[in-house]
Amino acid sequence: MTHSRDLSKSSKEQPIPVNSGQSGHQGLNMEEALLFELDSKGKSGVDLPTVPKFENRLGSVSRDSNIGLPGLSEPEVIRHYTRLSQKNYAIDTGIYPLGSCTMKHNPRLNEKLVRLSGFSGLHPLQPVETTQGALELIDKTASWLKILTGMPAVAMSPAAGAHGEFCGMMAIRAALDQRDGGKTSRRRVLVPESAHGTNPATASICGFIIDTIPANDSGRVDIEAFKKQMGDDVAAVMITNPNTCGLFESDIIEISELIHEVGGFFYCDGANFNAIVGRVRPGDLGIDCMHINLHKTFSTPHGGGGPGAGPVVLSASLAPFAPLPWVTFDDQNYSLVEHEIKPTEKFPIGRLKAFHGQMGMFIRTYAYMLSHGKDGLAQASGDAVLNANYIMENLKDLMTPAFEGPCMHECLFDDGFLRGTGVTTLDFSKAMIDEGYHPMTMYFPLIVHGAMLIEPTETESKRSLDDFINSIRYLAKSAISGKKEKFIGSPKFTPRRRLDETRAARSPILRWNSVKAQSNESDEAKTNNL
Amino acid sequence: MSNRRYTEDHEWIELEGNIGVVGITDYAQEQLGDVVFVELPDVGIRLTKSDELGVVESVKAAAEIYAPASGEVVEVNEELSSNPSLVNDDADGAGWFVKMHVTNIDELNDLMDEVAYSSYILGLQ
Amino acid sequence: MRYLPLTDNDRHEMLGKVGLSSVDSLFSDVPEIARLSSELELPDHKGEFEVEKIIESLAGKNVSTADVPSFLGAGAYRHHIPAAVDYLIQRGEFLTSYTPYQPEISQGTLQMLFEFQTQVSLITGMEVANASMYDGATSCSEAVLMARRITRRDKVILSGGLHPHYRAVTETHTKYLDIEIIDAPSDLNGLEDLSKLISQEVSCVVVQNPNFFGHLKDFSKLAKTCHANGVLLIAVVSEVISLGAVLSPGDMGADIVVAEGQSLGNPLSYGGPYVGLFATREKYLRQMPGRLCGQTLDETGRRGWVLTLSTREQHIRREKATSNICTNAGLCALAFCIHLALLGESGFRRLAELNHYRAVQIADYLNNINGVDVLTNCFFNEISIRLPGPADEVVSKLASRNILAGVPVSRLIPNENELNNILLVAATECTSEAEIEKLSKALKDII
Repeated sequence: MTHSRDLSKSSKEQPIPVNSGQSGHQGLNMEEALLFELDSKGKSGVDLPTVPKFENRLGSVSRDSNIGLPGLSEPEVIRHYTRLSQKNYAIDTGIYPLGSCTMKHNPRLNEKLVRLSGFSGLHPLQPVETTQGALELIDKTASWLKILTGMPAVAMSPAAGAHGEFCGMMAIRAALDQRDGGKTSRRRVLVPESAHGTNPATASICGFIIDTIPANDSGRVDIEAFKKQMGDDVAAVMITNPNTCGLFESDIIEISELIHEVGGFFYCDGANFNAIVGRVRPGDLGIDCMHINLHKTFSTPHGGGGPGAGPVVLSASLAPFAPLPWVTFDDQNYSLVEHEIKPTEKFPIGRLKAFHGQMGMFIRTYAYMLSHGKDGLAQASGDAVLNANYIMENLKDLMTPAFEGPCMHECLFDDGFLRGTGVTTLDFSKAMIDEGYHPMTMYFPLIVHGAMLIEPTETESKRSLDDFINSIRYLAKSAISGKKEKFIGSPKFTPRRRLDETRAARSPILRWNSVKAQSNESDEAKTNNL
Repeated sequence: MSNRRYTEDHEWIELEGNIGVVGITDYAQEQLGDVVFVELPDVGIRLTKSDELGVVESVKAAAEIYAPASGEVVEVNEELSSNPSLVNDDADGAGWFVKMHVTNIDELNDLMDEVAYSSYILGLQ
Repeated sequence: MRYLPLTDNDRHEMLGKVGLSSVDSLFSDVPEIARLSSELELPDHKGEFEVEKIIESLAGKNVSTADVPSFLGAGAYRHHIPAAVDYLIQRGEFLTSYTPYQPEISQGTLQMLFEFQTQVSLITGMEVANASMYDGATSCSEAVLMARRITRRDKVILSGGLHPHYRAVTETHTKYLDIEIIDAPSDLNGLEDLSKLISQEVSCVVVQNPNFFGHLKDFSKLAKTCHANGVLLIAVVSEVISLGAVLSPGDMGADIVVAEGQSLGNPLSYGGPYVGLFATREKYLRQMPGRLCGQTLDETGRRGWVLTLSTREQHIRREKATSNICTNAGLCALAFCIHLALLGESGFRRLAELNHYRAVQIADYLNNINGVDVLTNCFFNEISIRLPGPADEVVSKLASRNILAGVPVSRLIPNENELNNILLVAATECTSEAEIEKLSKALKDII
C-alpha cells in the first residue's frame, strides 16, 4: 500500500469533567438539544389558513402516515438556531487564515441587493421580456470577468469551483474530440503533485488519466520534468496560479507554450485569483480556460459550506464549447440561448445545472465589483499579498517557511520547527483555537510535510494581523520550549472538546433516532444531564 | 513467520502451501491511524502482481492495497467489515485481508524477507 | 476604500518590515510581459449609494412574481418564506462561516446539518441523506453515477416524465463515462410503462413524481420489477412540498431519492442558488457522493457532530473520489432546515394540502374554458393543459397583461410539435382565488 498521512491519532488522556451550572450551560456557552428532542405534537411556527373541505386529486398515492417532523413555535425555533449560530466561528468573528479559501469580508450591501424583490421574486422560466434587468446583470458580470482575465468568453452556469473545473475540462475534451475527428486518443492530463484534490477528481470524470508533475525545490512546477512528460498524447495541463504553495509559477508562459506546441490545452485553476486580480490577466499568460470561485475572490459568503459559484472564462478555441444556457444581446434586448440550434458554429457541451446559474451569487459579485472598481480590485490584491508577506516576515524566525523568498497572497510553513517537540501540526492548530483563531489550512499541499498554509486576505487590518502574529509567535515559542501541555488535549475552551472522528467513521450515525444513536450516548453524558 | 515476504508498499504475504495470506504490516497501520473501513475484492477475482486489491480507509486517509503476487482470491476476511480495528490491533495476524491461490510462487522471490523489510522501514524513518 | 482596512501608513510600516519599497515590488515574480501595462477598461470604485442605484435600476427592469399573478412551476416554485428564516440565515456566524472542518468551533453548522439530513431522510422516506448538493438536477446525475458504481452496469433508463433540464444535466455529466442513456419518449399523458425496458444490463431507472407534466403515480410496482432484475430505482422530486401530501418515494420502494429543495426556505432568485437533496438506503452509504455529517462523542463524553466518511471525497481520494464535488449548498440547506422546523409536521402537511387545494381550484376553473383541456387527473400543485394554439404565444400575450401564466412546455422541449400547445400551470399557497379568476378570464379573452 502507498504511504498515507496519519491525522487521526486520538488523545489517550482521560476525559476531563465539565464544569457547568446545574443546567449544563456555562454562561453564554449553551447546550442545545436537537430539533427532534424539542418536539411538541401539533405545534407549528407558521399560521396557515384552514383548508376548506375538498375532494383531492392525489389518486392512490395520498400520504397515509406521519412523516415524523418535530413541531415548534417561532420563539423556540429562533432560540434554537440562534444558540447554534453562537457555537460557530466566522469571518465576522475573527480572522480566518485558511490558505486558498480567501476568507475575506462579506459585504452586507450585497445581501441587501440580492433581496430586492425584482431579483428574489424572479422565476427562471418567465418570458425573457420580463427579466431584462436580470439578464443584463448576468451579462455585465460576465463582462467584468472577461475584462479582468483578458479572455473573450465566459460560461456562467457552473455552481461551484469544482463544477467550473468540470466545465473547463469538458470543453477541452469536446474541443479535442472535434479536432481529432470524433474521439480524441489523447488521454493524459498533467497535474502538479501540489494540486487540490478536485483537479484529478474532475479530470477522471471527463475520461482522462492523471500524470503527476513534480515540484522543484522552490515549490514551483519542475519545468524540466514537465518537458519530459510532454507528448502527443497529452490532452491538457491543469495548473493553479498562483499555486497552492502561494507562489507565482514563474515559468507559466513557457508551460503554456509547451502544452500548445504539442496540441494540448491549458486549464488554470483560479482558486488563487485574489493574489493577482486587477494586476495580471491570466489570458496574457496563455491559458485556455480558468474557473473563478466567486465565493473566494469576489466575496460571496461561504455560508457554512456553500453555495458557491464557478464561472469559467474561455479562450477563442474553447468558447464554441461553452455549456447552455448563455445570455445574448441584439443591441436592444437581452435573451437566453437555452437549446442547441443547428447548423451552428457553437457546440455546447450540454447543460451543467437546471436553469441559468447561481443568480444570487452574480448579484453579490456585481455589487462587489462595482464597489471596488478597477482601482479597488488592484488595491485588494496588493493588500492581500502584502498582508501575507507581513505575516511570513514576522514568523519566519520562529517557524520554518517551506520555500525561500517572498510569497503571494498566502504563506506556507512546514512542521520542521516542531520537530522533537512532541507537538504535531494538528496539535498546534487546535491550540490556535484556544487562542481565539480558526486554524490555517493544515496538511495541504501534500508536498510539504505537516503543511501550514496561511492566507489572511486584504480585509484584515494591521491590528488584526499583529494580534494574530503575536498569538502564533507565543504558540510557536511554547512548542519549541517544550510546553506540550498547551497543545495536547486542546482546544479546551470551545463548546466541544476534540471529537472522536474514528468513532464517527466506524459506526456512522447520520440522522436522529437511528437505533445506534440512542445506544451510543456515554454514561458520563447521561450523568452530567447534557 | 519465516516465509513471510514484504513489499515496498508495506503489504505482507505468507504462503500456506500455495495459498498466500495477504495483509498490511504493523508499520503501515501505525502510519494510517485508526482504520475505519476496508474495501475488499470479491472472491474469485483474478489479480496480477501489483494490481489494486482493495482500499484501507482511516479517518483522514485512504490507501490502496496492491497484490504482492498474481493469483485468484479464494477468501476474504469478513471480520473486517464489522471490526476494522483488527487491522490496528493485529495487522500481522487477525487483521489479514485476503487469501489468494498464488499462480507463480517464484514471484515472491523479488519481495523482501523480514530482515530486509526491517531495515527498509528503518531507512524510511 | 471601505472594505480595505490598511492605511497608507500601515502599508509603509509593513513594507518596511518586509524590506520592500512598494506594493508593486511584491509582484516581481510575475513575468514583465504579464503585468498590466495599461488600465483596465473598467470604472473606478463607487460608494454604496451609487452601487445601490445601479443595481436597483436593474431590478426595476424585471417583473417580479411578488407583484403580479404568477403560475410558474416546472421545477421552481414560489412559496411564502417566513421572516424568521431570512433573519436567521443572515446571522454572521452562519452567513460568514466556512465548511465545518474544525468541528470544535463549528458545532452550529454541524448540528444543523445533522438535523437537515434527518429532515431529508424523513420526508423522502429513506434511511440516510447527505448534507446537500448543488441542485436537484446535479443530484440526479450524481445518483446515476452512484447506481453505476453499485451495479457495475452501464445502461440507464430516463423516464419521459423527467424534467428536461435534469435529463440534459445527467447526459452532460455522464458523457465520457461509457454510460448508455435510454430516453423514454415524453410522457405527456402519464401512462408510460418503463418495465418493458428493464433488463439485467440496466443499472437504474430514473422517474419523477409528480412528473414534469404534473402527473402523480405509484411506482411501487415498477420498483418491484426493478429489484427483481437487480436494477436501482431513482426517484426525482422537483417540488418537495408534495412530500407533505403524497406517499414518499421511499415508501414506494425507491433506492435513491434526489430532489430540488428550493421550495423550502429559498426564494426563486431567477434559478439559483438552490439546494439538491440526496437520500438513499444505509447499505449504499459508502457510495454516496457529497458531504456527510455524523454524530460522535467528544473527549468528555458529550454528544457532538463531525464531517465524516470523508475518504469518499475529492480532497482525499482525488482521482478515485465518488464525485469531484467540494461545496454543498450550505446556507440554502440552512434555510430549508429552518423553514421546515417552523412548519413542523402539522404545518408541512397543511401547506401541502393548501397547495393541492389551489391546484384543484385552477384545474376546475380552466376546465370550464372552451378550448382548454386539463390533461392531469392526479396531480399535486401543477397541471398541464392543452391550448388551442401555441402555448408560448399565449404566455407572451398574458405577460403583456401582467399575468405570468405558466411555463410553455416548448420552452424546455422545443422540438416536439405535439407539445407546442401544452402549458404547465402551477399553484401554491401564494395563489389566491382572485388571481385564478383573473387568469381564467384573461385566457378566455385570448383564446
